Amino acid sequence: MAPAPAAQMYLGLSGPALQLLLLILSLGAFTFIMWKRFGLLRLGAPDPRFDHLGTRMARLLVVGFGQSRQPRYAVAGILHILIFFGFLILSVRSVTLIGEAFQPGFADIGPGYSSVKDVTALVVLICCLIAIVRRAIFRPARYRDRYAHASHAHEAYIILGLIALLMVADAVYEGSAMVLADANGNANAFLPLASGASELLAGRAAGTLEVLHLAGFWVHNAALLFFLCYLPVSKHFHVITALPNVFHLNVKPVGEIKPPRHDEADLDRLEALGVGKLEDFTWKHILDFYTCTDCGRCSDHCPAYFTGTPLSPRMISIKCRDAAYSGYPIIGRRKPKDEQPVLVGETIADEELWACTTCGACEEACPVLIEYVDKIVDMRRYLVDEGRVPASLQKPLADLEKRGNPYGKPPRKRAAFGHGVRTLAPGDKTDYLFFTDSCAAYDPRIQETACAFARVMTAAGADIGTLGKDEVDSGHEVRRLGEEGLFEELRDTNLEALGAREFQSVVTSDPHAFNALTHSYGLEQPVRHHSQVMAALMRSGTLDLRAPDDDRVYTFHDPCYLGRHNGEYEAPREVLDRLGLRTVEMERTRNRSFCCGGGSLYLFYEGESESRMGEVRVGMAEKAGAQVVVTACPFCLINLEDAIKTTGRDGSMEVVDLAELVDRSLSRPATAPAMEIAGGQATSGPQTD
Amino acid sequence: MREIFVVIERSRDALDESALELLTAARALGEVTVSGVLMGADVADLASEAAQWFDSVYVFDDPSLAQPDGDVQSRVLAPLIDREKPFVTLIPHTNTGLELAPMLSVRAGTPLIADAMAIESCAADDCEAGVECVRAVRTVFGGKVQARVSAIPSENGVMLSVRPGAYVPPDTAPGAGGAVHSETIPEGVLPRRQYVETIAPDPGAVDISQAEVLVAIGRGIEDEENLEDLRSLADAMGAEVACTRPVVDRKWLEKTRQVGTSGVTVKPRVYLALGISGSFQHLGGVKGDPFIAAINSDPSAPIFGVADVGIVGDILDLIPLLEEKIRERRG
Amino acid sequence: MEIIVCIKRVPDLSETEIEIGRDGVSLADDDLDYDVNEWDNFAIEAAVQLKEEHGGRVTAMTVGDEEAEDVLRRALAMGADEAVHLKDDAFVGSDALGTATILQRAIAGRPYDLILTGAISGDEARGHVGPMLAAMLDIPMVALATELSVEGGTATVRHEVEGGLERITRMVLPALVTAQTGLNEPRYVSIRGIRKVSGVEIFVREAGDLDLDGSQVGVAASAVTVEEIFLPPRGGGAEMLEGSEETVVEKLVERLQREGAF
Repeated sequence: MAPAPAAQMYLGLSGPALQLLLLILSLGAFTFIMWKRFGLLRLGAPDPRFDHLGTRMARLLVVGFGQSRQPRYAVAGILHILIFFGFLILSVRSVTLIGEAFQPGFADIGPGYSSVKDVTALVVLICCLIAIVRRAIFRPARYRDRYAHASHAHEAYIILGLIALLMVADAVYEGSAMVLADANGNANAFLPLASGASELLAGRAAGTLEVLHLAGFWVHNAALLFFLCYLPVSKHFHVITALPNVFHLNVKPVGEIKPPRHDEADLDRLEALGVGKLEDFTWKHILDFYTCTDCGRCSDHCPAYFTGTPLSPRMISIKCRDAAYSGYPIIGRRKPKDEQPVLVGETIADEELWACTTCGACEEACPVLIEYVDKIVDMRRYLVDEGRVPASLQKPLADLEKRGNPYGKPPRKRAAFGHGVRTLAPGDKTDYLFFTDSCAAYDPRIQETACAFARVMTAAGADIGTLGKDEVDSGHEVRRLGEEGLFEELRDTNLEALGAREFQSVVTSDPHAFNALTHSYGLEQPVRHHSQVMAALMRSGTLDLRAPDDDRVYTFHDPCYLGRHNGEYEAPREVLDRLGLRTVEMERTRNRSFCCGGGSLYLFYEGESESRMGEVRVGMAEKAGAQVVVTACPFCLINLEDAIKTTGRDGSMEVVDLAELVDRSLSRPATAPAMEIAGGQATSGPQTD
Repeated sequence: MREIFVVIERSRDALDESALELLTAARALGEVTVSGVLMGADVADLASEAAQWFDSVYVFDDPSLAQPDGDVQSRVLAPLIDREKPFVTLIPHTNTGLELAPMLSVRAGTPLIADAMAIESCAADDCEAGVECVRAVRTVFGGKVQARVSAIPSENGVMLSVRPGAYVPPDTAPGAGGAVHSETIPEGVLPRRQYVETIAPDPGAVDISQAEVLVAIGRGIEDEENLEDLRSLADAMGAEVACTRPVVDRKWLEKTRQVGTSGVTVKPRVYLALGISGSFQHLGGVKGDPFIAAINSDPSAPIFGVADVGIVGDILDLIPLLEEKIRERRG
Repeated sequence: MEIIVCIKRVPDLSETEIEIGRDGVSLADDDLDYDVNEWDNFAIEAAVQLKEEHGGRVTAMTVGDEEAEDVLRRALAMGADEAVHLKDDAFVGSDALGTATILQRAIAGRPYDLILTGAISGDEARGHVGPMLAAMLDIPMVALATELSVEGGTATVRHEVEGGLERITRMVLPALVTAQTGLNEPRYVSIRGIRKVSGVEIFVREAGDLDLDGSQVGVAASAVTVEEIFLPPRGGGAEMLEGSEETVVEKLVERLQREGAF
């Protein structure tokens, strides 16, 4: 008969007393540690995260419990899912084993669960071993960050080891009991792990087995309680915080940026703007730091990291978490302010923050829904407030303020398209208000796409007009650079201009403008991207299109702000399909799209990098077998065309805007005269081919 | 006859070319005697050399004047001007002149015209104020606009700083020699600046001042990575790469390649100016009237005013094309 | 340390087409944007950095019209402690000497260790006001500083001289230094930053406060007058090559070859 742990004496302590002591120590320590960790959360800025309960529960079930993002990395994903579910199943066992120290038999809850428990434990043990081997021998590149100073890798081994230990301890406990003649009455249960242990233990002396039995028990319980306390001081805090973190996810539209503070809307009344130190973050963002598992999926998807800029999103989380741990230690007082490293500036370098294009690939990849874009914008707000803006960005920002465009061109020359796209004076009416934004307004190459779109709309008989020189930049990039004050000014100028005209809807060929107008402008009228408008016109038959004689292979590059941030992946593809073109998909497509490198005024910023995002992207297009890359964003067009030139693919590949493609496919010439590009020659009369 | 003062600048212990350029400018003012004013330490030989060109030379030879120092120089010269009352004082518009001229104009009580290109002395009925004046043409607004300014002489005359290269040195051979007047530094005038050291460009670095053909790049190159194409083009031409100040500010090229008033002075045979607007500060470093070809996307860029041949276009497109064609021709 | 920075509001001409105004001596105003003189901006930044390092105060001064207040606000937003606006109709049309005179009167009687200003201004590009001011105050000066530090009452300046060379010079304070571009990296001034200082009082000084009148400053007192400004004659300028990219490059290469370029 196996000795009941509850019935033994241990150095003068009875089983229950010992267990009680362990419980008091560990739960006491755990509570203390959690209280300390929670303390920092209370110092964080307010953040409304208890709204939209239905959405939150749904996401918690799908992403949290359902582990829906894990399988994206097959091997690691499966391993994690198995260990995760294993843990849930084994939680009952863990509790009952603790109870067993008070009352023998507490852990016998039936052969059904015993089997499930044992099979699960075996699976978990195997997974842990595979994980350890994989990490130690095969060393997946993703695990080690290029910029990691202190390696936290040992924590992974500790945790895997602990979990394995728990499985083994329980197996020894059970197995030894089985050898000691099967006292638990589960003779008929299928217990592969325990049986395996019993095989290994068979033939030992009874005394040894009894010791092993008790050892297995207490090792399990002690390890479990130790594990509990270890979680909040390691990267495995996520075991506790991940589900709450997912619950408190960001439910606002992805494309929207958080306001500087949730509790004060007036920019001028804020003492300080943005995040310069840890306590400036909202409590949810601090919770994000606790929750980061150091898995590296974010950086693995980050185009800035890929091209060798100083940015690694994962390191932002890890460094902040380390700063939180060391700034608010469990033992000892908080270090005085001047002894702590400055968060933004020292711990996180300015260059890391400026290298981000706000593409959002990191957030899309994170299995525990950690947010990055809002944090980076918040830290940039701080830098801007302090005047620490890179020289290369100061001129475009100054030009945006004075001239309403980052190029410094005169406002009166804005969107001077001439025929076909009329300029609306205040009081005018139209169907579609065409918001051109600065690229299309001034860059000659993008003016071509705007005119192409105008021709398409004219062919469809739609009335379209622009704000002309009353329009200023949408302010989209300005906001994401952290210049909140300038963004508000630009937006207000545009709102005034929009308010003075009548229109059914707004259309734009720039996803950045689309994003800003949709989420930050509060317009009553619907806002559409030109791909959506063209798809709708084609669907309704309004556009009569000739299939082009072209056997080239086309691929669509999803712009970050149309796709990932606004969920529109289908409209452009619908257009391509209806045009009858041969298409392929690149790797990293749709919500995984690899940023072209155009966000955050990257056209002006001279950061350090080893390669260019655009060049990487055209490489992917080539690999997919495409000769034409179709874009639906002016930044993408500029960057990818540049990349084609700089990588010497001018002869073999082309980049074209979606509107230009549709324009080429019009089966009859546009009835309006040819479009005048600002400064160019106008031809009058219908085109005669 | 009226006396014109020309402040002689030294360049590596020799007479700077500006001295002779200003001699030409002085002679253009009519019937005048032109006196060189030389300050330095151990400059007896230089003074004699100067005397071969100027009608007379005033020399201040003192260890305290070893280094060019606009402050002490202005305090040294002011009493001389007050004594001799020259009609016009000409100072080269160099970095040293930038200190000397304004300080001297205050101390000597004369009006000052900066960076003059074409100077003329005008009779009373030609002048707006009805008093005789001195007129000059200079550039303003970043070189895009020219201005004609005039100054009414005070009892100590008019002072002008003259753009280097605006005049050419006389082509007559040096003459027999004017008088050299040894002057003493006024009582109590001491340098208030302490010279520590001169920082020369890295000796290992290239010396473009000797290059025959230069390919110069400006802000229009837009990005450091485009310099590769440029180097390739320079290579194809067997030319040296030069640049403007903004390129150096961004640390894309070394300072030793910067052509301009705050950089190196060059005298090439051919100067290809790519993406360069042609500001005065840059062109001030180009001497000797080379063949200048310019490419710039802005048709109103001042460079087209001095270039012999110009193209309005995007240099990023044209540079590789240029290289291709040049390599074709070279065979 | 007490530091005074003299700044100027100038037109920003980087992307505008120039049009001469009807008076023939100034630019047509309608499309022009103005900003602080680029060289002065480096001076402001240097002053603020020195104050942050050594403690003390920075006072920004400008001679200008109503609109010139903008540049003073900028200086305050960058970290200047006080702003003085020298504004009077009598000052209008002053030449460099007149401007320096106004500044000198405003500065006289104030304690100062260092005066900073830009080496030249983007519009006139004379570089006079700084050195003239130094001469009037009879303090030493150095022009075209590319590095500046202060230690124990002495300024150490690295500055540009001829031939690509730079020199290191020391001066005992008080002294004046003019800033060359690249002296530092001026901090950015955000919209919020400007708004934050919108309520700060700017001290205005008029001609009477400074004991000046039309005989010393303003148009009539100017010894140097601008008679006329004009766009440079295009004649004698470049022979412009026309045609497609192929064509123009072909023509250019031919000319280059003829001139012995390769």
